[in-house]
Amino acid sequence: MLNESKKQVLFSEFTPGFGISLALEKSKKDIIDIVIESKLRGRGGAGFPTGYKWKSSANAKKTPKYVVCNADEGEPGTFKDRILLSEHPEKLFEGMAICGYAIGSNHGIVYLRGEYRYLLKPLLKVLERLRKTHYLGKNILNSNFEFDIEIYLGSGAYICGEETALIESLEGQRGEARNKPPFPTEEGYLGKPTVVNNVETFSYIPYIINKGAEWFKEMGTEKSKGSKLFSISGDVKYPGVYELPMGSTVKEILELVGARDTKAVQVGGASGVCISKKEFDKPLAFESLPPGGSIIVFDQSRDMLKVLKNFMEFFVEESCGQCTPCREGNFRLLEAVEKLERGECSINYLKTLRDLAETMKFTSKCGLGQTSPNAFLSIINNFKGEILARPKKPAENNSKAG
Amino acid sequence: MFKYQEEILAGEVTAVVNKYERKRENLLRILQDLNDKTHYLTENILQEVAKNLSISPSEVYGVATFYSFINTTPKGKYVIRICRTIVCDLKGKDKIVNTIENELGIKVGETTKDGKFTLEYTNCMGMCNQGPAMLVDNDIYFNLDPEKVVEIIEQYARGDKDNVE
Repeated sequence: MLNESKKQVLFSEFTPGFGISLALEKSKKDIIDIVIESKLRGRGGAGFPTGYKWKSSANAKKTPKYVVCNADEGEPGTFKDRILLSEHPEKLFEGMAICGYAIGSNHGIVYLRGEYRYLLKPLLKVLERLRKTHYLGKNILNSNFEFDIEIYLGSGAYICGEETALIESLEGQRGEARNKPPFPTEEGYLGKPTVVNNVETFSYIPYIINKGAEWFKEMGTEKSKGSKLFSISGDVKYPGVYELPMGSTVKEILELVGARDTKAVQVGGASGVCISKKEFDKPLAFESLPPGGSIIVFDQSRDMLKVLKNFMEFFVEESCGQCTPCREGNFRLLEAVEKLERGECSINYLKTLRDLAETMKFTSKCGLGQTSPNAFLSIINNFKGEILARPKKPAENNSKAG
Repeated sequence: MFKYQEEILAGEVTAVVNKYERKRENLLRILQDLNDKTHYLTENILQEVAKNLSISPSEVYGVATFYSFINTTPKGKYVIRICRTIVCDLKGKDKIVNTIENELGIKVGETTKDGKFTLEYTNCMGMCNQGPAMLVDNDIYFNLDPEKVVEIIEQYARGDKDNVE
């Protein structure tokens, strides 16, 4: 019942053609205006206004143009896109086709993470069915609009979820982020205008076209409209994907999923922030706690330093290594966590590391290094009591460190 | 079909490169296909790819080694990847790793003597609501416990999974 009562948008009724049949009757400009008007913001985490991305690509002169779906869902604790891809792929594909129509592109690409390769075959079957029923391919629904979708696989690199690294990967390169500008909407895949949106973002499009911008805006907060999928896991009774209005508070969510004795909540995955009880009243919205989509719950029994260590190990491994702040910075932060673990970290050194973390946020080339210090800073700040000044550990436990 | 890398001939590399229209931008897809065929890419294979695309072997090597699912060192017939990221960690991935290590007599990062299994860690695979989770090649397994994981590995050891398409 818990899930049933929360079917707001993405899990509500849908049949192929729901949005695109109406979209094809409208002008391209109208479609973009509706998406802008809906105030839909990117659901991958960064929250860029989707309509403006589309508009920029639509106005770009170069051709051909590309519509790319970012299905490289690698943020720890995030699995909402997996549910959309396995249970509702028609919504995504239709959203991509509508985008193609709006920006003047015939070519869609889904970049599916290698870890989700078991979804490839079912997705290819859905694409085949949509072609046969004229929702994809030439002359979609007897119009003269043509659009088709290919699926590319990733090969196990978190960084490829960053849109320019994703494009590099699509081009057969190492997944290293590019400098912006130029933005992908002007020079993306193969140097051509490219819209890159998250799976969830595209999936809202058919609904927005069908029901209108005003309907979408009824949900959410002033700056974060609509609903949002949350992947909720950790120490909760009912883990899973929930669709909730933007602006839901952490407390409401914890009650919904049956979390008890909660000590901490990691909001937005490893690159998000870790909050303690005093912030549970905060709403999840772009202007407050950025709702990347992942909520990881920790109860009183968890050691927050261990949690932090796991996150830092993740970033050290997943940093692509091209820029120094991220490559060296994450390594140093992990080293500090290991020192804290052994009770060997001075408070003074920790101050230096805070500066380092701020420097990483400011100077890293892409989102990975700009956000990886978040967990470090928030856990060190919010859980000082249990983290600082631990007793020194005996030598046999030190074998792995240093 | 699984093949040992020694059997891969230059002709097969060319066939895969041709399948992808001999385009540089398809390098990752070419490497993915070859990786499926051989389970790991030798320097010879990488050089053959470079020759076919008329690019430097170091460029091919750079791309191949960037991606953790492209293997450039020998691997077992089946690669077991255990999720070590936070939620699977909270849900007891250590028990799963320990069980597999005991069962196969190898440590994480090693391959069994018979060349059947390689055990590795991987980062979040998006099964956080059903952890601990693991991949065996492309197949996903979740809600694992020690008994379940042994059963799964036995199925692979017996070859039960080989003809399932």
